Amino acid sequence: MKVVLDPTAERSPSSRERLARPEQLAGLTVGLLDISKPRGDVFLDRLESLLSQRGVSVKRYMKPTVAKPAPLPLRQQIVGEVDLVVEGLAD
Amino acid sequence: MSAHETTLPADGLIAVVKRDCPTCTLTAPVLAELAARERLTVFTQDDPTFPESVPARVDDTALDVSHHLKIEIVPTLIRRVSGRETGRTYGWDRAEWERVSGVAGLGADLPAMRPGCGALNAEPGRLEDLLIRFGQTGLSARRVTFGEDEDEIEAMFERGWSDGLPVVPPTEKRVLRMLAGTTRDPKEVVGLCPPNLAELTVEKVAINAVMAGCKPEYLPVVLAAVEAALDPAFSLHGVLATTMFVGPVVIVNGPVRRQISMNARGNALGQGNRANATIGRALQLIVRNVGGGRPQEVDRATLGNPGKYTYCFAEDEEGSSWEPLSTDFGVARGVSAVTVFAGFGLQGVVDQKSRDPESLSRSMAESLKAIHNVKLAPACDALLVVCPEHERTFRQAGWSKARLLEELYRLCEIPGEQLVRGARGIEEGYPPSVAGTTRNKFRPGGLLIVRAGGSAGMFSGIIGGWSGGGFAGSLPVTREVKS
Repeated sequence: MKVVLDPTAERSPSSRERLARPEQLAGLTVGLLDISKPRGDVFLDRLESLLSQRGVSVKRYMKPTVAKPAPLPLRQQIVGEVDLVVEGLAD
Repeated sequence: MSAHETTLPADGLIAVVKRDCPTCTLTAPVLAELAARERLTVFTQDDPTFPESVPARVDDTALDVSHHLKIEIVPTLIRRVSGRETGRTYGWDRAEWERVSGVAGLGADLPAMRPGCGALNAEPGRLEDLLIRFGQTGLSARRVTFGEDEDEIEAMFERGWSDGLPVVPPTEKRVLRMLAGTTRDPKEVVGLCPPNLAELTVEKVAINAVMAGCKPEYLPVVLAAVEAALDPAFSLHGVLATTMFVGPVVIVNGPVRRQISMNARGNALGQGNRANATIGRALQLIVRNVGGGRPQEVDRATLGNPGKYTYCFAEDEEGSSWEPLSTDFGVARGVSAVTVFAGFGLQGVVDQKSRDPESLSRSMAESLKAIHNVKLAPACDALLVVCPEHERTFRQAGWSKARLLEELYRLCEIPGEQLVRGARGIEEGYPPSVAGTTRNKFRPGGLLIVRAGGSAGMFSGIIGGWSGGGFAGSLPVTREVKS
């Protein structure tokens, strides 16, 4: 077990905090990442249509294989193109 | 009664030994003699089979009992009565062993006295391990546990604890060792650290000093720099929050410079010296981690400057004919001290032709007048770092630092006509009413001189300051370095 001493003023939780969620989607671009699991497309297709109905712009991405982390170029592409990402984690 | 207390015999003699110690092996026959007479328990620190002549041996290679008994030297002989220690001696000293054991004529073949050896439980590293194992560190910072597969360096980046470069993981052991660099209580509050005005303890300073890469002997200098920066006169909150370039520049004077091998000579303001690099970095990490001062948050710097990673150097007192910077702030020569200055970058003063002080001081003054903008006066405080070859010119002409300062102030008097808006085709400047007056580039006391640098090169430097220089902004602050 690797234990270190907190160098901060300890005014926030010691666990890493999640990024704050956006309050609304208007004006943002949402990335939908298919991790190449069966039927992930069904879930993401439905999300895309719901988001599009609300006027949110959507971009679609797909990992080459479910067995490995997304390749760096794909991650960098997503970071450069969208404000937030939704991915389907399981079938 | 602790767990170890219960494992100790309530009555009888206890010896703590190690085979690696010649005095312990020398006393092995004496231990056998004592064991034959009464209850003797021998705790062995390194080899549980030693001493073979004593049946009641206890394996203390984990050093728990030695630590509990606070053994510093082996062999140590202890007498216990009804669960309490009534006598102790260490090393081999026949008279002392006879006193503790109550047996006369011990070790007749041995010399009267032999010093012992250092106990393993007191060795650096092992002692820290034992304090951690028994929860005796006295450290109160929150413990943060990383996952087994998590890389510590990456984990610290992820938590936002880094200035952008890797930091050293502040393990309990490293922080304990760091704190050995000072006699101050880890719980002592050094001050409230801007911008969040968080309580800054000696322990938190030590944690960040570990992360910056400091050695324990640097800690008193880091503490002095922190105390100077927290002085309200330095205005650390403003120095951090300003859109201007500045950050704390740390200048070290006195014997501590050489004690911790700081660089005051070639490349003094550059990379490559551990003390210079890590002391300045520790101060910045404290502002970031304890104070919560981060770029694009409270730190609103437009450009910042590379010195905001670290900006610390020593004055070359030995090579200089002038009084050290710290003496300008009332600290006696020969006393270690740290001065913090809200400064940025380095502007060169290149003059390879001047051989008399009048010409060279004019060169310096013209360069000084360019800080921030040639149209602004007073502009900011400044630190003039005079290189050895330039100082030689002044020294040979008999110019003291005070004389040079006097001359620079005289040369930095600027006619108002040159400073009004539109003059020299530059809109920056002052209202027309300034015409007909004279303004100085620096407030009284706002120009500082320090001597540093390599022996070759006629290249001095100017570290510019914050536009709120002086009482309206940041004042340089000096603090003595205390152990």
